[in-house]
Amino acid sequence: MATVTLTKLTKRYGNIGIVHGIDLDIADREFIALVGPSGCGKSTTLRMIAGLEEISAGSIEIGGRIVNDLPPRSRNISMVFQSYALYPHMTVRENLGFSLKIAGAAKEDMVRRVAEASAILGLDMLLDRRPSQLSGGQRQRVAMGRAIVRDPDVFLFDEPLSNLDAKLRTQMRTEIKKLHAKVQSTVIYVTHDQVEAMTLADRIVIMRDGHIEQVGTPDEVFRRPATRFVAGFIGSPPMNLHEATIDDGQMVFASGEKLPLPAQFKANVTTGDKVVFGLRPDDIYPTGHGISSGGAADVHQIELPITVTEPLGNETLVFVEFNGTDWVSRMLNPRPLRPGERVAMSLDMSQAHLFATETGKTLRS
Amino acid sequence: MDENSSARLKRRLLDIVYRIGLFLAMLTICLPGLWIVISSLRPTVEIMAKPPVWIPQEISFDAYVAMFSGIGKGGIPVIEYFRNSLIISVTSTVIAVAIGMAGGYAFARYRFRGKSSVFLGLMLTRTVPGIALSLPLFFLYVRLGIIDTHFGLILAYVALNVPFTIWLIDGFFRQVPKDLAEAAQIDGCTRWQAFWQVEFPLAGPGIASAAIFAFLTCWNEFALASQLTRSVSAKTLPVGLLDYTAEFTIDWRGMCALAVVMIIPALTLTYVVQKHLVGGLTSGAVKG
Repeated sequence: MATVTLTKLTKRYGNIGIVHGIDLDIADREFIALVGPSGCGKSTTLRMIAGLEEISAGSIEIGGRIVNDLPPRSRNISMVFQSYALYPHMTVRENLGFSLKIAGAAKEDMVRRVAEASAILGLDMLLDRRPSQLSGGQRQRVAMGRAIVRDPDVFLFDEPLSNLDAKLRTQMRTEIKKLHAKVQSTVIYVTHDQVEAMTLADRIVIMRDGHIEQVGTPDEVFRRPATRFVAGFIGSPPMNLHEATIDDGQMVFASGEKLPLPAQFKANVTTGDKVVFGLRPDDIYPTGHGISSGGAADVHQIELPITVTEPLGNETLVFVEFNGTDWVSRMLNPRPLRPGERVAMSLDMSQAHLFATETGKTLRS
Repeated sequence: MDENSSARLKRRLLDIVYRIGLFLAMLTICLPGLWIVISSLRPTVEIMAKPPVWIPQEISFDAYVAMFSGIGKGGIPVIEYFRNSLIISVTSTVIAVAIGMAGGYAFARYRFRGKSSVFLGLMLTRTVPGIALSLPLFFLYVRLGIIDTHFGLILAYVALNVPFTIWLIDGFFRQVPKDLAEAAQIDGCTRWQAFWQVEFPLAGPGIASAAIFAFLTCWNEFALASQLTRSVSAKTLPVGLLDYTAEFTIDWRGMCALAVVMIIPALTLTYVVQKHLVGGLTSGAVKG
C-alpha cells in the first residue's frame, strides 16, 4: 500500500503539450478518480504513472520512492485496461498466474494466490477457459483478478467499464467498490463517466486540456464546483448554465428576463459584472414537486412554458423555456404535464452558482 | 409455383453452378501436378504421343529406380542435390524469418524517422526480377570467391526473402493488440520477455506462414541457382532437373520423376505447418 505524489507532471509530444505540470497527492488506500472529457490528458497521466509513457518533466513518487525512469515492472503497480488485454493464448488460470510465473514464485504460492483472487471475483468455474470463451463481464473480472494477484501498491484502472453494456457496467461498478473495500489498496481510476467517478471515488480529480480543474470529494465537486467547466461536467442531467449581467441586485439575461441575485453572491459582484448563472435540475421544480434546501425566502417563483417532458417513473424531467433555451428541471412525485402548458416553477436560489464569465471561476467566497 | 419454392430451386441451382465452377478451378490447378506424377510413371513414347494418351497403358517405377542408380545407369546425384537444397532453403529461411521478425516488429511497433520510405524501399527491391540480378551477382560472386557455394546462394535467398518476410510479419504483429505487451510489462516482464511470452506466440501463425513462403521460394528457385551454382556440391534440385537434358534429347520421364521427388517434401512441410496456421488466435484478447 502506498501514497502517490505527482509533482509538476508534464507530457509533451514534440511541441504539443498533453499534460501541463499537474500536482496531485494521493493518500494511502485512497480511491481517486481522474475524470474529464476525451483528450483531457487523464489516460496519459495514468500511463505515465504506470511507466508506459515517458514523462517530459516533473516527477512521480509511489510510496515515497521516485519512479520517474523505472520500467513498469519495477513500480509494483497493476493495471486494468479498457480493452481488458487478457492473453488470448493462455487460460484464465494462466492469465491470473502470469505475473507470479514471471516473478518466479513458488508453485504452491502461485496456486494459493490464484485461488484467492479467483475466490474474491467468483472465477472458480472459469479457470480452465480461454478469454475467447468468456463474456465481456467475465473478461473484465479476469482482468481485475490478474491485477489483484500481484498484490500491488497501487491499482490503476483505465476506463475499465466503458466496453460493457449499461446493466453490466452498474453491476461491475458495485463489484469494484466491494473489491476496494476488501483489498484496501490505493486506486487510481480513469473514466470519462462522471457517474462512475461520483459513485466510486473518495476524491475526484476533474481534468481539462491537460490541467486539473478541481480536486475534491464527490460532494464537494457536486455542491461547490470551482469552475464553470466542473459545474457543467459533474451531475446528470447537467447543470443549467446561462450568461447574465448584474444590474442593481438582479441578473439580466440576454432575452431581457431577470432573476434576483442569489443572496450568497451579493457581496462578490457589482453592477455591470458579466457572470454565468448555474442551477442544477434538482433545484428547479414545478412548485410543490421538489425539495428546497434553503428557507422559503430563497425560493424564487416564476411561471415558465413547458417544452418537453421525459417521464422516468419516480420522477419526470421537465424542460421549460427560459432565456430562449431549455432548462432542465427535476419533478418529484410527478403529475401529468402537457407541452405548452405554463407552470409555476420554484427556483431554489440558495443552491445557485455564479461563475465569472471571463475566467470561468466560481464567485463564491 | 409459389415464391418460396422458386427461391429454393434458384438457391439449389446456384449451389450446383458454384460446385461445378469450383471443380473446374481445382482441375485447372491440380491437373499439371497430376500430369507430372503420371508422366513420371509412363514410357516416353506415351508422354510424347499425339494426340495425348490420357490413361496410362503401362505403369513403371523405372525412372525412380534409375534416378537413384549410379552415374552411367541413368542416375543423377539426387541425394547430394537434395541435401544442398535442404541446407540452403532451411538456413536462408531461418535467417530471413529472424530478420523479418525483428524488422516486422520494428515497423509494427515503433515510430522512427523515414519509416515509410524505408518500408517502400524494401518493397521496391521486390520489383527487380531475380533473373536480372543473376549476371551482376555472378560477377560479384566470382570476385568474392563465393560462386558455387552454399553460402553464396543462402546470401542471395536471404536478400530475396527479407522484404517479403518483413512485410508479412509486420502485418501479423499489427494484429496483436499493443495493450497485451503493455499488460505483460506491468505484470513484470521486460520488453524482451513481453515479446517472447506474449507477442511472439500470438503472431506465431503469421510467422509460420512467412516461413513457409520463404522456404518454398528457396526450394523452387531456379533462375539464380542455375547461374550461381554449377558443381554437385552446391547445385539444388531445380538445377538438377537440367541433368536430364542432353544435347539432342530430354528425358521427360526422369525429369518428372525428379520433380515429384522435389514436390513431396514441400507438400509435406506445408501440410504439417498449415495445421498451425489457425487464424483468430487473438480473439478474446480485447473487446470483441
